[in-house]
Amino acid sequence: MPGALLPVLHAVQAVLGYVPPDAVGLIARELNLSRAEVHGVVSFYHYFRTHRPGRHVVHLCRAEACQALGAQALEAHAKRSLAIDFHATTADGALTLEPVYCLGNCALGPSLMIDEQLQGRVTPERFDELMAPLQAEAQ
Amino acid sequence: MSAVKVFVPRDASARAVGADATAQALVAESRRRGVEIELVRNGSRGLFWLEPLVEVESAGRRYAYGPVPAVAVGGLFDAGFTDATRPAARQHPLAQGVTEEIPYLKRQERLTFARVGITDPVSLADYLAHGGYRGLRAALALAPAQIVESVTASGLRGRGGAAFPAGIKWKTVLGAPAGQKYVVCNADEGDSGTFSDRMIMEGDPFVLIEGMTIAALATGADRGYIYLRWEYPDAKRALDEAIRSAYEAHYLGENLLGSGRRFDLEVRIGAGAYICGEETSLLESLEGKRGQIRFKPPVPAIVGLFGQPTVVNNVITFASVPIILDRGAAFYQHFGMGRSRGTLPLQLAGNVKRGGLVEVAFGMTLRELLYEYGGGSLSGRPIRAVQVGGPLGAYHPQSQFDTPLDYEAFADIKGMLGHGGVVVFDDTVDMAAQARYAMEFCAIESCGKCTPCRIGSTRGVEVIDRLVAGENAAGQEELLRDLCETMTYGSLCALGGLTPYPVLSALNHFPEDFVKVDSSRASA
Repeated sequence: MPGALLPVLHAVQAVLGYVPPDAVGLIARELNLSRAEVHGVVSFYHYFRTHRPGRHVVHLCRAEACQALGAQALEAHAKRSLAIDFHATTADGALTLEPVYCLGNCALGPSLMIDEQLQGRVTPERFDELMAPLQAEAQ
Repeated sequence: MSAVKVFVPRDASARAVGADATAQALVAESRRRGVEIELVRNGSRGLFWLEPLVEVESAGRRYAYGPVPAVAVGGLFDAGFTDATRPAARQHPLAQGVTEEIPYLKRQERLTFARVGITDPVSLADYLAHGGYRGLRAALALAPAQIVESVTASGLRGRGGAAFPAGIKWKTVLGAPAGQKYVVCNADEGDSGTFSDRMIMEGDPFVLIEGMTIAALATGADRGYIYLRWEYPDAKRALDEAIRSAYEAHYLGENLLGSGRRFDLEVRIGAGAYICGEETSLLESLEGKRGQIRFKPPVPAIVGLFGQPTVVNNVITFASVPIILDRGAAFYQHFGMGRSRGTLPLQLAGNVKRGGLVEVAFGMTLRELLYEYGGGSLSGRPIRAVQVGGPLGAYHPQSQFDTPLDYEAFADIKGMLGHGGVVVFDDTVDMAAQARYAMEFCAIESCGKCTPCRIGSTRGVEVIDRLVAGENAAGQEELLRDLCETMTYGSLCALGGLTPYPVLSALNHFPEDFVKVDSSRASA
């Protein structure tokens, strides 16, 4: 397969939730690349992460169309209510919060994505409703 | 009596406001009441304020109800909505009447989006029944140069943002001698305020596949990739399903429809880098590298993917090709104004009452779009600024709302139509904050190749902060303008080169927002 590195990294992250730094050497060897090349790619793309995330990943849109409908207030609420900043995981290991720049739901913002499920018209109250069952899940 | 056809979109935006729950409720309620329905998960009509939009086929026409949350489904059955011509159904508070008669839809000129919202997106039979693959059949009867000539004559320009004539790009690839050529679709729709690519891929994936296949025939390519952003998992599912069906029916693979020609197509997923929407970064990413942009020339049409001649076009560009081959270049060329020919799928987003997809011929004014289609702001407050063309597009004040939506007309007012995204802000917007965000976004998304973009964007955030804080404001403004000039002329691609658009338009049209106000007075 030509240009296999991104598909391989996606496959690793889909199974493990992240790309462990330990895997870089193995991937490099198998694809006949240097470790630096693989590390360079992993670190270039916002989507790839090198630490284990929470049980669910919440991507919160920060882009203009959502800003026009209160995304900044939603972001502040999300960080306050989960007591974490972006790129961090809640203490109970339930949720990882990530910024994202447009989810393509710009007529029904503010938007966020929980794992692969898009949510629109997310008010702070709706945010709490969406997060509560995820945080209450058995660990 | 046969089952009544009921439509609930599978579009990601519709699902984001509960379309799946509505669909489940419809099935459960129909079973409970013994009413036979056939549920079709269609694409979205693009009337997003009405999502989840439920449609019913009655007496050969489609009737709409919306927005229909799951809890409203029982009430629809009570009103006998499955026969939408019945008075009780017509008087239901969510009844919108005949779908095609809804003014928002009726006034549009849907060419590229002709089937979106109407058909089952992943049904090849439905695609064929609605005029699908007629363009490919026409193309198979033509020589490559004739296909290119047809696309050139249609006046189709790249819909990704740069608006380069598609026919000229294809002609370059056709004329490039090479054993291996590629067709690459740029489906990395990263501009905020845009979702037309997503709607095509989720709502009519076959039209994209057909357009790319025609491009392959026209240029002598036999391999194609759709570079899709990870943020669009629903589009991935629809594309994968459609590609599988196309292979099974010999619309892809070896010996296309018995012609002896071959075209293989696969979807590749991006990893959250805005810059990969720039075509050379996209090619680097497809090759498995960091998405850093390449110098041009050579252009990708000569030296593209893996060093081979490559057609790179946006989703909407490819999706517009089948109708050009089917109906003829003159038919398509007839729409539009000046050098902007055909139709443009505009996307109305942000703080607007009726957000959605508006495909019309070039030339409608921004004001008409905002008020006659959009109905003004969602908040009910006055519209103060509108950003056209994504995060690198300018912010336009009221005084520019009469500009026609045309590539050249927007270039004349130091703006750009780009990919057709229109983001509406009401009068609570802080334009200095928007300018700062533009610089911040550039800093986050810069690929790092050009210094003015990589470093200048961070310095830009700092300068705006000092300007707004009132520290030697005149000097800071001069510095900011100088920095913008350096970014404009010292960056290889549009990210660094166009970030000054939103920044300077905010500063020029809304200077009052950059003036430090006495905090005690501001809160009074």
